[in-house]
Amino acid sequence: MFGRLNLDAFKHDWIENLAGVSMVLGAISIIALLTYTKRWKWLWKEWITSVDHKRIGVMYIVVSAVMLVKGLVDALMMRAQQAWACCGSTGYLEPDHYQQIFTAHGVTMIFFVGMGLVFGLINLIVPLQIGARDVAFPFLNNLSFWFFTAGALYILVSLNLGFYAGTGWSAYPPLSGIKYNPGVGVDYWLWSVQISGVGTLLSGINFMVTILKMRCKGMSLMKMPVFVWASLVTMLLVIFAFPILTATAAMLTTDRVMDSKIFTEDFGGNPMMYINLFWAWGHPEVYILILPLFGVFSEVVPVFCQKRLFGYKTMVYAIIGISVLAFIVWLHHFFTMGAGANVNAFFGIMTMIIALPTGVKVFNWIFTMFRGKIKLMSPMYWFLGFIVVFTIGGMAGVLMSVPAADFQIHNSLFLIAHFHFVIVGGVVFGFFAAYTYWFPKFTGFKLDERLGKIAFWLWLVGFLMAFTPLYLLGFMGATRRLDHYDVAAWQPLFIVAFCGSLIVMMGVGVQVLQLVVSIMNRKKNLDVLEIHGMDAL
Amino acid sequence: MKKIFKLIISLLILIGIIAVSLIYIRTNSIDVLEPKGVIALKEKDIIVTSSLLMLIIVIPTLVLTCFFAWRYREDRNAKHTPDWEHNSIAEYCWWGVPTVIIFILAVITYRTSHELNPFKPIVSDKKPIHIQAVALQWKWLFIYPEEGIATMNYIKFPVDTPVNFEITADAPMNSFWIPQLGGQIYAMPAMRSKLSLIANEKGTFRGLSANFSGTGFAGMKFQAMSVDDVDYGSWLAQAKSSSKILGQEQYDQMVAPSENNPTETYVLKDTQLFNNILMKYMEPMH
Repeated sequence: MFGRLNLDAFKHDWIENLAGVSMVLGAISIIALLTYTKRWKWLWKEWITSVDHKRIGVMYIVVSAVMLVKGLVDALMMRAQQAWACCGSTGYLEPDHYQQIFTAHGVTMIFFVGMGLVFGLINLIVPLQIGARDVAFPFLNNLSFWFFTAGALYILVSLNLGFYAGTGWSAYPPLSGIKYNPGVGVDYWLWSVQISGVGTLLSGINFMVTILKMRCKGMSLMKMPVFVWASLVTMLLVIFAFPILTATAAMLTTDRVMDSKIFTEDFGGNPMMYINLFWAWGHPEVYILILPLFGVFSEVVPVFCQKRLFGYKTMVYAIIGISVLAFIVWLHHFFTMGAGANVNAFFGIMTMIIALPTGVKVFNWIFTMFRGKIKLMSPMYWFLGFIVVFTIGGMAGVLMSVPAADFQIHNSLFLIAHFHFVIVGGVVFGFFAAYTYWFPKFTGFKLDERLGKIAFWLWLVGFLMAFTPLYLLGFMGATRRLDHYDVAAWQPLFIVAFCGSLIVMMGVGVQVLQLVVSIMNRKKNLDVLEIHGMDAL
Repeated sequence: MKKIFKLIISLLILIGIIAVSLIYIRTNSIDVLEPKGVIALKEKDIIVTSSLLMLIIVIPTLVLTCFFAWRYREDRNAKHTPDWEHNSIAEYCWWGVPTVIIFILAVITYRTSHELNPFKPIVSDKKPIHIQAVALQWKWLFIYPEEGIATMNYIKFPVDTPVNFEITADAPMNSFWIPQLGGQIYAMPAMRSKLSLIANEKGTFRGLSANFSGTGFAGMKFQAMSVDDVDYGSWLAQAKSSSKILGQEQYDQMVAPSENNPTETYVLKDTQLFNNILMKYMEPMH
């Protein structure tokens, strides 16, 4: 009756037990609180079954925030392990546990933090900006959110029940096949990716229809705010890319469950096909994450510079250009597969061409500051931090798009540094800019500015400390996903990186404090009619 | 006064960080940037050239960002043109200049993709050494088919002589990488990839798997030793008299997962072993 579920599924080491028990206790205390305050009906009616795009947006962001903390704890554990496990020591984590942590970290951050924040923002802002009452299919919107949350729950459940995939977030076969990974871990991965992926696709259709059909009178396409443009293009990417993920995950599932031999190494299967398909989704995916945040900066910068956005049309064309190129660069994730010189060169050159529209966007933002009247408030801080971090990360990215250079840095910690620079610098910093900027729009009061700036500095310094050493470690020949290593020279850098991740955690702590303080002082910081003293949405 | 004090402190911290980083880089080996073979050297040159080319754009971008953020702060009362939002010349500039840089990079990319294609053998007047590498769970098996020997987790080859690797896996996918000699290529089951490397200095270099392959992945490393011709000859003679034998039967036992294996030397009984490993998954009867 229980299939593969038996008592062994509950047995874990003390670290996992600690996480699992605290999670269960957390859930119990929330249930108790809800019962005590008699809020069940309220919760069910006003939130869980709500079809209001603003409430769904808030729920997306709450779930993402919880998952962000979870993902950061994963990161902290990995950094602690690597700071420790040098030169004969194997650290405090078993290899099997360590590899579940880095897999869970990747899946959490991409699918349940990045995507959640993006869809949270789109839900909150897009209908307001286009003057629609709600999205085109409000019920579908609620359903998408619960698909997303269900996917996230799979990762959390695996802490208590069985174990998570130990394959890396990209789950390459044959490692993720039934032969090398017969346990339930990869199945958890498949279900969480599959279910949240379907939710994302439904959202994509929903918002594309909303933007195309529900704009207020007179708002032609070229009069839409840049954030709406970015969202529209992102939804097109979602609609084209996510079916690939769904199909690929389905084929891996049939391989595991029905022995269909699509991605196996024997019986004519081809694991390399999976890698192609995965990145044919995976590369557009990173633009799905970053484009809406480009939109955010295009809204935030003009407001705080008190000046119109420089080059609106160029911004729009750049976004469209990036989205087209996003589909013809996937092979740069595996130049080392040996596809041949011409193929590698083509995908390398396409990749570096993406730097052009991206660079133009950066210049347009910079020239929006030119002859502006810049209010250096925390959204502007996040923007300036974004420019520095993203530009450096982008440069590392273009470097890796040269296949012959990539041979020496592929899969090394250099790569890890690169994509954290662009994703954290772009998506996370961008989200915090949006969060601070739009917070009063939805709550009626402002966030505490002083704590916001402290949080920014902790994030920036911690982030640079955590990831700059990784560039150097990559050049020193350190690969990703090592649970221990024996090169003594690497250890100081790993320790610096660990300290950096601690500082980032302090930044998150300050942000929690900021929220609490702001709610307590909300009467003093009312901001109902304007945002931050300026007219804008 | 307070402002100047703050500035001095931050400058001191910055100088301190730079100094410590420089000392660290000086005293430790940065494998990719300190190549010992011509392939890795060329790859390093590409990394350096491309980085410098990109800095032509990146440095002005960062400087402009900081300058504008400082110059146009509200309290500085600089010129304010709230409606200025378009300037064709400026836009041509920042489409044009990066396009030129990317064009140069694209030419470099095309040429070096061909020149440093891992499958392309290195041209040399010396007869190349032929080594077949098999990634197993979690160890590297190296077969010298022409010399009739095999090794585990280490290889020896003469200096200044091209080494032609044929690479496969009888395990989840791995990636074959010797940072100081040159770029990596995937080791894939049922596939044969090739890589040509050369060592232009004697020494022992770190070799490793760069693609995660399961529990014992962190221990999947090997030593690549380049020695002079005399030492290589005597090592070969020694290896051929090894008491350990490697044939299909021994190989089938070796495939079982094991971690952190010591180095071993074997006499090769079956010169077709590598092909058999490749064919293992192509013949449905196995």
